[in-house]
Amino acid sequence: MFLVFIETREGQIKKSSLETLGEAKRRAGELGEDVEAVLVGANMDCLNPEIFSSGASKVYLLENPQLARYSSQGFTAALALLVQVAAPKAIFFAATAMGKDLAPRLAAKLGVALASDCTKVAVREGKLEFTRPVYAGKAFLTFGLKSSPQIATLRPNVFAVSESRTAAGEVIKKDVAIPESVIKGQVAEVLKEKGEEIDVTEADVIVSGGRGLKGPENFALLKELSAIIPRSAVGASRSAVDSGWIGHQHQVGQTGKTVSPNLYLAFGISGAIQHLAGMSSSKFIVAVNKDPEAPIFKVADYGIVGDLFQVIPALKEEFKKLFE
Amino acid sequence: MNIFVFVKRVPDTESKIRIHHETNSIVEEGLNFIISPNDEYAVEEALRLREAKGGQVTVLSVGPEGAAVILKKCLAMGADEAVLIKDDLKETYDGLRIAKMIAKAVEKKFSNFDLLLFGRQSVGADNSQVPSMVAELLGLPQANVVTKLEIEGKSGTASREIEGASEKVVFSLPAVVSAQKGLNEPRYETLKGIMAAKKKTIPVVSLEELGLVSDEVSPRVEVIKMETPAARQAGKIITGTPDEAAKQLASLLRNEAKVI
Repeated sequence: MFLVFIETREGQIKKSSLETLGEAKRRAGELGEDVEAVLVGANMDCLNPEIFSSGASKVYLLENPQLARYSSQGFTAALALLVQVAAPKAIFFAATAMGKDLAPRLAAKLGVALASDCTKVAVREGKLEFTRPVYAGKAFLTFGLKSSPQIATLRPNVFAVSESRTAAGEVIKKDVAIPESVIKGQVAEVLKEKGEEIDVTEADVIVSGGRGLKGPENFALLKELSAIIPRSAVGASRSAVDSGWIGHQHQVGQTGKTVSPNLYLAFGISGAIQHLAGMSSSKFIVAVNKDPEAPIFKVADYGIVGDLFQVIPALKEEFKKLFE
Repeated sequence: MNIFVFVKRVPDTESKIRIHHETNSIVEEGLNFIISPNDEYAVEEALRLREAKGGQVTVLSVGPEGAAVILKKCLAMGADEAVLIKDDLKETYDGLRIAKMIAKAVEKKFSNFDLLLFGRQSVGADNSQVPSMVAELLGLPQANVVTKLEIEGKSGTASREIEGASEKVVFSLPAVVSAQKGLNEPRYETLKGIMAAKKKTIPVVSLEELGLVSDEVSPRVEVIKMETPAARQAGKIITGTPDEAAKQLASLLRNEAKVI
């Protein structure tokens, strides 16, 4: 059995969890294994049927009032109890902020190695084989894990959600006992940055800017463009972030975030090696830059050599027509 | 406060990575190594906490003798002590292996501490595993990817970055915290600091001294293949006035690339 951790935010299942479930279903299928899903929290009644249509045959709801808010220690303890009885062969998480926080903690509790942020999973001779970018995508590592269960986190936006016909399966509610002394740290509240719903790691389209934007005020142009495009987010190069033009959570590149959107629009970004490493796995890249020699053009599928301050307003009008 | 900071030696982010295909590892010859950039935020935060509350900052690294260079840098920044846990294996990409060494070292040699600080991720292996694993092995609370940290008595509050938001984590000390860009602005070494660091010796701790037998620290990540990504081909340059170019681009993205 493959177990998939399903993450929720404000009662909604994260898309990346369904992508992870989809990939688990495909790989488990090759090995003749079932896929089961697990949610951790308190009073979970809003269970979404998507979990079944995305591949799970069984869903565990691990409940305890102490788990209403995320705690790495509490969630690890709950998952470890389930692992003991359900004995999965593999456990998959989406490589989200929570997945990256939780999966290594569970792996250490179970005493097993972890495959982080995988972009490919395969089955070879009955064993799982993982591929992941290292050095922010300057190289790719393919490897197996010599411990069991096999735990992996899967990068958001890379794997497809599965369209299975299973409409419903079994739901198993379990009250998990967690001694109060286990939880020594917990989330107290979630603070939202106003108007920013999607992170660059989750966006389908990234509208990104660099030094060519000339100043912080011009990031407003990118925000306006992004507002027109569904599921898009604003990104930035390191030099724009280091100049204080935009928050570091937008930074794409080796010391920022590595991203794989369907479309990466680079405005006024020259394409330093650290930046290229972080965005080269985007499916399509568009570069707009004044300098025809900018390295970004070497990786761009479409390039416009020109003034971004003229191109962006024109592009806004065109995109408005497309998305209206 | 007694603070331990864990730092890692990694290839400079400016480096081009080449691969040794017989060994499936990166070619180290000619590479410039630096302290992993995220770790610098951890060192800086430790120094600021010491300046505010008193105490001691000890910097540790797991790695080959060459890693002493980054420990010297941390001493020059102002750390009180530095220790090298000597591990001669090249990058194994196995976070649990390193976490075990760190947890063992903390238990055996440095058990009196308030805070274990890390960078949120080494720039290279890109695993983001070790801080959480160390926290679990030592039974400590954790706050990862932290952009704000406040310590009050025996408890801490951290802002941790999540998708499109941040969450406030409240925890008791001792604890594990991993630093993210935005936490602070790391200081440069001063000449005085560099001179003082030169005089300090860096004790080296072997895995045998920690009582780790080879089986416990043998890598469980079995590398099958390492390769560089296929080079992207430069694409189409769109010409014309900004209006014409924008029109053509929108049409290509919808009809040819089919991405919007």
